[in-house]
Amino acid sequence: MHPAISVIFFTVTSGAGFGLIALTGLGFPFGGGALSVFLFCLLGGGLAVAGLIASTFHLGHPERAWRAFSQWRSSWLSREGVAAVATLSLFAIYALIWMMTGDRLLWLGLIVAAGAAYTVFATSMIYAQLKTVPQWRSRWTPAVYLAFSLASGWLLAAGFGDLPGAGIWGAVLLALAWGIKLMWWRRAADARLAGSASSPESATGLGFIGKVRLLERPHTGANYLTREMVHQIGRKHAGILRRLAVLFGAIVPLMVSATVWLTAAPEWVLLAAALSLFAGLFAERWLFFAEAEHSVSLYYGNR
Amino acid sequence: MTCLPTSTEKRLGLVIDLDTCVGCHACVVNCKEWNTGGYGAPLADIDAYGEEPSGAWLNRVHTFEVTPVAAPAQIVHFPKSCLHCDDAPCVTVCPTGASYKRSEDGIVLVDEDMCIGCGLCAWACPYGAREMDPVAKVMKKCTLCVDRIYNEEIPEIDRIPACVRTCPSSARHFGDFNDPESNVSILTMARGGYDLMPEMATRPVNKYLPPRPKTNPAAQGCASHSTPTVSAPGGFLGWLDAALERLG
Ligand code: SF4
Ligand code: SF4
Repeated sequence: MHPAISVIFFTVTSGAGFGLIALTGLGFPFGGGALSVFLFCLLGGGLAVAGLIASTFHLGHPERAWRAFSQWRSSWLSREGVAAVATLSLFAIYALIWMMTGDRLLWLGLIVAAGAAYTVFATSMIYAQLKTVPQWRSRWTPAVYLAFSLASGWLLAAGFGDLPGAGIWGAVLLALAWGIKLMWWRRAADARLAGSASSPESATGLGFIGKVRLLERPHTGANYLTREMVHQIGRKHAGILRRLAVLFGAIVPLMVSATVWLTAAPEWVLLAAALSLFAGLFAERWLFFAEAEHSVSLYYGNR
Repeated sequence: MTCLPTSTEKRLGLVIDLDTCVGCHACVVNCKEWNTGGYGAPLADIDAYGEEPSGAWLNRVHTFEVTPVAAPAQIVHFPKSCLHCDDAPCVTVCPTGASYKRSEDGIVLVDEDMCIGCGLCAWACPYGAREMDPVAKVMKKCTLCVDRIYNEEIPEIDRIPACVRTCPSSARHFGDFNDPESNVSILTMARGGYDLMPEMATRPVNKYLPPRPKTNPAAQGCASHSTPTVSAPGGFLGWLDAALERLG
């Protein structure tokens, strides 16, 4: 699949934003005054909103994006939109009350946290629902999105907040997320299109005669389908990108977290871990798209 | 509304005969011609006469080579357009309600004024039946020529999809699959019409008719299809053959 930068940016950024929002709603300790509460909440909301805005860049008609709120009964994309806006609105109320009165309403915070988790889950289901992309269609896909959202949100919350020992928990959450991602990668290696129930034979129904091979594409040039779904250029550097993802997404932030914990360095150093994790997640998401194989490739002589 | 109807009154669709299709692409061209002036935005092309032409088409003909275990390979031309699936995944994923399946005749359509061009429906279709228009930036797909089949302004003979109307080898047939007496139901029964990628559980309406079995040279007494043996000719050629044999 074609890795669209706007969609990669969206899943990484709004994932972190909603992770931070969820942790705030759950009462992550934060000691500053009204202004720092404002800036802290603005960071969570801002990341989530920035991601959502970026996601409209890949639309043909961004000015009609509001229409996407209507089909929540059948569409995960619509559910994601509805959940995102509802969560952000409630979070704004939560933040306002917190700033004005200093009170953090637990019940409202819990609803916000649940909404944020559901939003990230809905994002992941946009991909996990697709039968056409066997590597995505797995329970591990929502697990990966949720785990990375929590880990990146935690590193941000820990960097700004006041939770002693938050660094070690950041390391634990990060290790957990990468454990899940390794399971996802292992499963994806076994869930190639070539090993699925679909083949050039099932795509054409001609398997009863013999082995099927594409002789000629319908047109000599590329088309929307070959650019979007039979995309292969993005896979060229898969090996190095995977190493970069692990280096910046796992090794560097784990070392930073461990150092903060062991040396009692100030917690804001954890923000360096968060930034490094973002870089790693960009590589991880790029591969999520670029390495995914769509069944339409079978009609174009590729996998 | 992107929830699917539980059943539709008619199930209009196509039967595509892989035995008779000669791969002339006439259906592709006539589809483009009709749909660039009919329903919705024109089907655009980018760089049509330049180095890298590319555009939106609703129907494309692929060509496959099929190699049996013990016979020569054969060529099958394979036209493909939207199959108007009963369980259309492209419809349920659509966030806006632009994609829908009509309860009266089962045709799957896009309301182009509502489409935001997110492309998710094209990702959900296993067959590559949807293409984004490069200029209008909305999703295009086969409409089963909804603006022809009910059109009382055109002669009755033309009230079938453009691809069916134009096919010179009658490889495409149009009708109602809910009617057991229709041409498409009878053809499907008689020729063993099948679904593409049944494992995707989309329950396509369109059916494909398999190529009829080829005469197998091996079964006709030839030793092998790769090294054909020539039986000794008679008459003048036989005399010449024998004479040259003696000289050589
Ligand atoms: S062929 Fe593709 S576009 Fe057409 S109804 Fe089926 S899934 Fe949808
Ligand atoms: S591209 Fe248009 S028709 Fe397709 S899912 Fe998006 S809004 Fe719906």
